Amino acid sequence: MNSDKQQILALLEQVPDPEVPVLSVIDLGIVRDIKIDEDKIEVVITPTYSGCPAMDVISMEIKMILLEHGFKKITVTTILSPAWTTDWMSEAGKEKLRAYGIAPPNPTRPVCDTRLFAEEEAVQCPHCQSYNTRVVSQFGSTACKALYQCNDCLEPFDYFKCH
Amino acid sequence: MKMQWPYLIPEKKIYTMTELQSTNHSTDQPVNQSPNHPINQSITPLISYALHLADNALLLGQRNAEWTGHGPILEQDIAISNIALDLIGQARNFYQYAAQLTNLSINQSVNNSTALTTTENTLAYMRDAKDFRNCLLVELEKGDWAVTVLRQFFFSNCQFYFFKELRNRKDTTLAAIAEKSLKEVTYHLRWSAEWVIRLGDGTEESNTRITKALFDLWPYTGELTSNAVYETILSKEGIAVDLNLIKQQWTDKTKEVLTAATLQLPENYTMQNGGKEGKHTEHLGHILTDMQYLQRTYPGAEW
Repeated sequence: MNSDKQQILALLEQVPDPEVPVLSVIDLGIVRDIKIDEDKIEVVITPTYSGCPAMDVISMEIKMILLEHGFKKITVTTILSPAWTTDWMSEAGKEKLRAYGIAPPNPTRPVCDTRLFAEEEAVQCPHCQSYNTRVVSQFGSTACKALYQCNDCLEPFDYFKCH
Repeated sequence: MKMQWPYLIPEKKIYTMTELQSTNHSTDQPVNQSPNHPINQSITPLISYALHLADNALLLGQRNAEWTGHGPILEQDIAISNIALDLIGQARNFYQYAAQLTNLSINQSVNNSTALTTTENTLAYMRDAKDFRNCLLVELEKGDWAVTVLRQFFFSNCQFYFFKELRNRKDTTLAAIAEKSLKEVTYHLRWSAEWVIRLGDGTEESNTRITKALFDLWPYTGELTSNAVYETILSKEGIAVDLNLIKQQWTDKTKEVLTAATLQLPENYTMQNGGKEGKHTEHLGHILTDMQYLQRTYPGAEW
């Protein structure tokens, strides 16, 4: 039983987030539970954002990889609570993001609040490592990212925003 | 052809070309047209509530998505499209719940669980304007950038305090959707409030535009914080949020932002309402025509 769970976990580490393919669903922290009841397997996942368009693909890929490895009767369930947070992202995942050119979420900081024109947190440029950066927009190329620019090397970059 | 909600279409039915081309889509006929039929009797206050929340998010999501590819600058085009996507995501969650409740309710009353199913898609794409329960504010045309950001501010300001309350209510599904959505709405509120200030306290042109938007939109804001019948019923049961609870917070925040934007809070306006009970402006029919065309023409069509 336990070895099944280990094997499933290992397989899920090969399932990429279609929008940020360097991250697996395990790195992202969206796999919340794996329930095994004899030959029935339930994988519980949670979306990063309500409108994340990748969820349907992720759900299908999880089923596919488990089917390919001999598991049958697989269900993928989506839960919303507790709501996903970047704190669930693995350290390995954060390193992979940085290497990919996306600034990983800063370790625990208060998530966006409603203060207007508030000073932005210091985000490190993934290219030149400078902290002298500025936010261009809190909304980036996908729901989970903000758009930043480095004031030193002038490169724009994505920041996987705290959530 | 008079259609009653919920429209129940057989899932994955394959239509022949003759059926698709025939002027009378017999397959589109609702199963039961009598308002006294159990299907139509089975719309509980909770289903109405879930639909109201879903319709609000869907309509504003669709309106905002009209900016995609047309935003004033690239970054803001992306921002408004992100907000649209968050809202569509919220709408899906509420519709899925409404569909689940509807199916349960129908199965209990007609004991026919296999043939027909209500889904998030039938709810979004196959209901008529009078069956939508969204606030009038969200169905109005997208207008210029001033109308868009001011409407978003009024709405997000309401959603922010609303979800804070809803996440502590008894219905665990609604509470979970609220908990999830609140994080996203926080970004929407901040973004839209900053834009209201930027335009109000900006140039003469931007100030003129947002002042006009303010007078145009203001009559539609009353509905955001007044209870519909189903909200009154459900708030007594600890399920819905009594909107009187958030009215003051909404007003205070609105005043704060409008003041920072050098704008005056309009006073003594007659408020328009009725959207939550199915009485809509003419704009809703037009947006539904755009949005529902494909599924009405080819029911069940998928990518």
